[in-house]
Amino acid sequence: MMLKDRKALFERDMDLEFMKEVHGIPGGDAIKRCIQCGTCSGTCPVSWAMDKSPRQIIAMVRAGMRDKVLTSNTIWTCASCYSCTVRCPQEIKITDVMYILKRLAMRAGQKKAKAAQVFSKTFTDLVRRYGRNQEAQLMTRYMLKTNPLGAIGFAGVGLNLFRTGRMPLGAKPIKDVQGLRRIIDRAQQLGGEG
Amino acid sequence: MSYIYYPGCSAHAGGRAYDESIQAIAPKLGVELKELEDWNCCGATAYMNVNEVLSFSLTARNLALAEKENKPVCTACSACYTNLAKTNVYLHKFPELKAKVDTALAEANLTYNGNVETKHFLDVVVTAIGLDKVKSLVKKPLSGLKVAPYYGCQILRPLSGEKDPENPVMLEQLLEAIGATPTKFALKTWCCGGSLMGTNDAVALRLCRNLLMNAVEDGADVIAVTCPLCQTNLEAFQPRVNAMFGTSFKIPVLYFTQLMGMAFDMPDRSLGLARSIIPLTVRSKPNPEVRA
Amino acid sequence: MSNKIGVYVCHCGTNIAGTVNIPELVEFAKAQGDVVVAREYKFMCSDPGQALIQEDIQKLGLDRVVVSACSPLMHEPTFRGACEKADLNRYLFQMANIREHCSWVHVDKGAATEKAKAQLAGAIGKARYLAPLIPKKVKVNPATLIVGGGIAGIQAAIDIADSGRKVYLVEREATIGGKMAEFDKTFPTLDCAACILTPKMVQVGQHPNIELLTYADVEEVKGFVGNFEVKVRKKTRYIDEEKCTGCGICQEKCPYKTASEFEHGMMKRKAIFMPFPQAVPKVPRIDPNTCVYFKTGKCKACVKVCEPQAIDFERKDEIVDIKVGAIIMATGYKLFDAGKIAPYGYGKYPEVYNSLEFERMVSASGPTGGDIKMKSGEKPKSVAIVHCVGSRDRRHNEHCSRVCCMYALKFAHLIKERCHEATVYNFYIDMRCFGKGYEQFYQRLLDEEVRFVRGRVASVSDFALDESEKGKLVLRVEDTMVGETRRIPVDMVVLANGLEANADAAKVGRLFNISAGKDGFYIEKHPKLAPVSTATEGVYIAGACQSPKDIPDTVAQASAAAAQVLSLMSRGEIEVEAATANIHEELCSGCRVCNTMCPYSAISFDDDKHVSRVNDALCKGCGTCVAACPSSAIFAQHFTDQQIFSEIEGVLHDVRA
Repeated sequence: MMLKDRKALFERDMDLEFMKEVHGIPGGDAIKRCIQCGTCSGTCPVSWAMDKSPRQIIAMVRAGMRDKVLTSNTIWTCASCYSCTVRCPQEIKITDVMYILKRLAMRAGQKKAKAAQVFSKTFTDLVRRYGRNQEAQLMTRYMLKTNPLGAIGFAGVGLNLFRTGRMPLGAKPIKDVQGLRRIIDRAQQLGGEG
Repeated sequence: MSYIYYPGCSAHAGGRAYDESIQAIAPKLGVELKELEDWNCCGATAYMNVNEVLSFSLTARNLALAEKENKPVCTACSACYTNLAKTNVYLHKFPELKAKVDTALAEANLTYNGNVETKHFLDVVVTAIGLDKVKSLVKKPLSGLKVAPYYGCQILRPLSGEKDPENPVMLEQLLEAIGATPTKFALKTWCCGGSLMGTNDAVALRLCRNLLMNAVEDGADVIAVTCPLCQTNLEAFQPRVNAMFGTSFKIPVLYFTQLMGMAFDMPDRSLGLARSIIPLTVRSKPNPEVRA
Repeated sequence: MSNKIGVYVCHCGTNIAGTVNIPELVEFAKAQGDVVVAREYKFMCSDPGQALIQEDIQKLGLDRVVVSACSPLMHEPTFRGACEKADLNRYLFQMANIREHCSWVHVDKGAATEKAKAQLAGAIGKARYLAPLIPKKVKVNPATLIVGGGIAGIQAAIDIADSGRKVYLVEREATIGGKMAEFDKTFPTLDCAACILTPKMVQVGQHPNIELLTYADVEEVKGFVGNFEVKVRKKTRYIDEEKCTGCGICQEKCPYKTASEFEHGMMKRKAIFMPFPQAVPKVPRIDPNTCVYFKTGKCKACVKVCEPQAIDFERKDEIVDIKVGAIIMATGYKLFDAGKIAPYGYGKYPEVYNSLEFERMVSASGPTGGDIKMKSGEKPKSVAIVHCVGSRDRRHNEHCSRVCCMYALKFAHLIKERCHEATVYNFYIDMRCFGKGYEQFYQRLLDEEVRFVRGRVASVSDFALDESEKGKLVLRVEDTMVGETRRIPVDMVVLANGLEANADAAKVGRLFNISAGKDGFYIEKHPKLAPVSTATEGVYIAGACQSPKDIPDTVAQASAAAAQVLSLMSRGEIEVEAATANIHEELCSGCRVCNTMCPYSAISFDDDKHVSRVNDALCKGCGTCVAACPSSAIFAQHFTDQQIFSEIEGVLHDVRA
């Protein structure tokens, strides 16, 4: 941002509805209790790769900084290892907070969400089709859509997996795949945030 | 002893050797594993990114199907375990969520009343079957074999069968029971990156590098794992770790069930050992600490 | 039976009036039988409020008074006093609690008002049949029992003993001194703990009015305020304290060593030992678990060298019966066990110490003579001090332990002082420096270039990512000020463990009829206005057993408890509640069921007349015997059947059969 456009953070620009959306998940209002101790970030095995630490993300959620949170790379770097959740002295379910932020970012069409969005869409399409994941199809489709050149690097891995019989190419739907699809559609509807 | 076995999507793919070795050793351990009829994907971590109710509903379908069998459920994959266990707890704790999930399940004429017990297979072996039984089956103890006990994340967090998930002991106890020597492995509960290997591989590869480094510097001959994603990340991607960091790791990564089968002197084929990309070349060696 | 009842309904500001319709309640009261006046007022407990009652008693000749307000625990004494000043016996007063039992726990105004009516009708119903009673006066025993010989117990003992009254000081360990005896320096003045404590310990040991019962436990407490009977078990030291001169030769000659509890296992002690050289009383004890004689029947090296022949292996525990008028609980705290937090590596890595272990290390009389050194004997080049271990943590202790920030700063200073070249880190969430001179002490540490990192340590591990970390303990923490995840390798880690209640605090509290909270700390009568007294009259609390606190606050509480005790003692006598049980001897069949039922052992049996009799000084009016008596020979004064049935009818005033 150019220096002439920089200014202090104005309260009128803060979005407190954002915090309420996070409160909406089961156990979500526990973030009110955060004392900003930093244990989550200190524990997180990938915090060094995040532009904002998990603690900072929670502080920013409470301040109402929707855009800054949803455009950070933090939520996409989270590996869902749950280390933060088990160490938080206030017993806040931080991993679940990361998940809701991922969902909000995808809903808002954030650019950084793209790779994970494609991964999730590919995954969910496969499960909808077969009832189960199909790893070979997942990885190929995902690579081709997001990083076709990078796929070359994965080729070696893919070949090794194929040669050892760990990369079946076929797939068959489960018996009640229709029932599953009905569950999926209804759940999606009930889940609201899409 | 009879369990409903939830294989998970990796069972016939990346984690094929895990499924094969579990099915092979189960009868020896005296446990019947009945595969859950028409199970669906547990959702892994992908579904939570999309829609929370959907994610829980997907997992709950499996619980609803299992409830009909009136037996406890065991899974091999840690991510499947966490999803099933977490869903169980959340449905109990959050009635609003349960109501939505119930509505979704009804679309396939299914109901879930919250009565299914879920365990990871490691927990089943150590606490339900018991180490005495395991010891009694050992014909070729893996003496002198140094094994790095890798738990990873989701078998310990957010729920686990361990007394203290910060200081887990089950895998080490099991390895000792089959005659192997577990190494210290300070990073035994550290994350391998999981699905980040697909979406953010630079980060996941660094995590795997640290894990491999720690295992090797402790003198491990092989890393024992409890999850197919951990196995794939640490083994199949080991060459990529070497490429990125200029290291030269070549350490095999096996499932604890394969190691058990080896100690029980079962044929390699039945344990899926041919599916290793980095094969285990030595099964046991004279333990330098043991005096003749 | 009364015919002139006065009813007073209190608003209690908006506490009651906000939920209960007061005018409606007053109208309801007026409509009840025998009520000659019904008034409302904003604050009945105030002077004008009480004056209302007194005027009506005098002018209207009221013979019963009912006040509908807060809990009797709050103001029954107030209103009883008001009645008595207007010459109406205090037991002709009845209170209806429409605050704690009504307005404070309901939101529906209509329902709350109906409930208040039922309560008021009940109180009026009972008041009709109240009878005057005369409270008994009982003498107060001027002796005091203090349980716990730490700085709190010591201070209270000296304060009371100096007034000329007797004090029994019971201490579980073999010496007084408590945790303070383990400290080296105290914050913020850096006074040497032993130097300021030992003179007080000696004072206690030599005071003519203090009887020291050490290595002793209280086994039983009976009685009531002013008249407690306590059984104390003096565990045997296998040494006759009267004969022992404290020369210490037995300790020198004893061949058997074991880990010293006082030194937290960092040093050894003998099987016959004093916890530390300045122990009071200066009498050792023999530990039967490690003494060779107890195991094999051989040795007796100590006996051979003991000139006064004080050692007696046959000596048994002694039960001492004491009678006191007041009791002060000063039982202190327990340090949080850092082993419960596996990521901090306590018990796993040798160079991770808890705070009391470190206190012993820096202490001149401790295992290293005050040198800060690693197990290898080398001085550490870097030390990390970790705050909030086991405190402010829902999984362990929710509370903040108050003193850890300050003692962590103290540790930082001592390390800087003794290891000049060492880098010292303090990892904290908040820096709590609330006391006199405390913030300035923090400034001093800032000047001493201690490296402060605001972040709660996530883990301590010996896993090294590179050469700079090899052989060290690496702390992983987010430096929240700078906004980065940091890896900090150090030689030594000192944990600032939190303070918890003793493991058996609740159990011990029950002996004395006081309650402990969920966290194990004793519950004070009122957190703001009565921090050293309890709901049990005559039993007081002081120091860390009430909540974590530093030495100045502990001493202040100890003197406060002593002052309350002295106030009780100087009255010489107290009034005993008259609502006791009474046995109609003509109806008593002598079955003695009540004798065993009484939880206060207040009923005795007259063998000649073959009837039971209640000692109304001991009786608490609990009513157990009343319900148990198969002959209905016992009635509870102030809770007669007639009164209770009348109250029930009042409560069910709007129920038609």
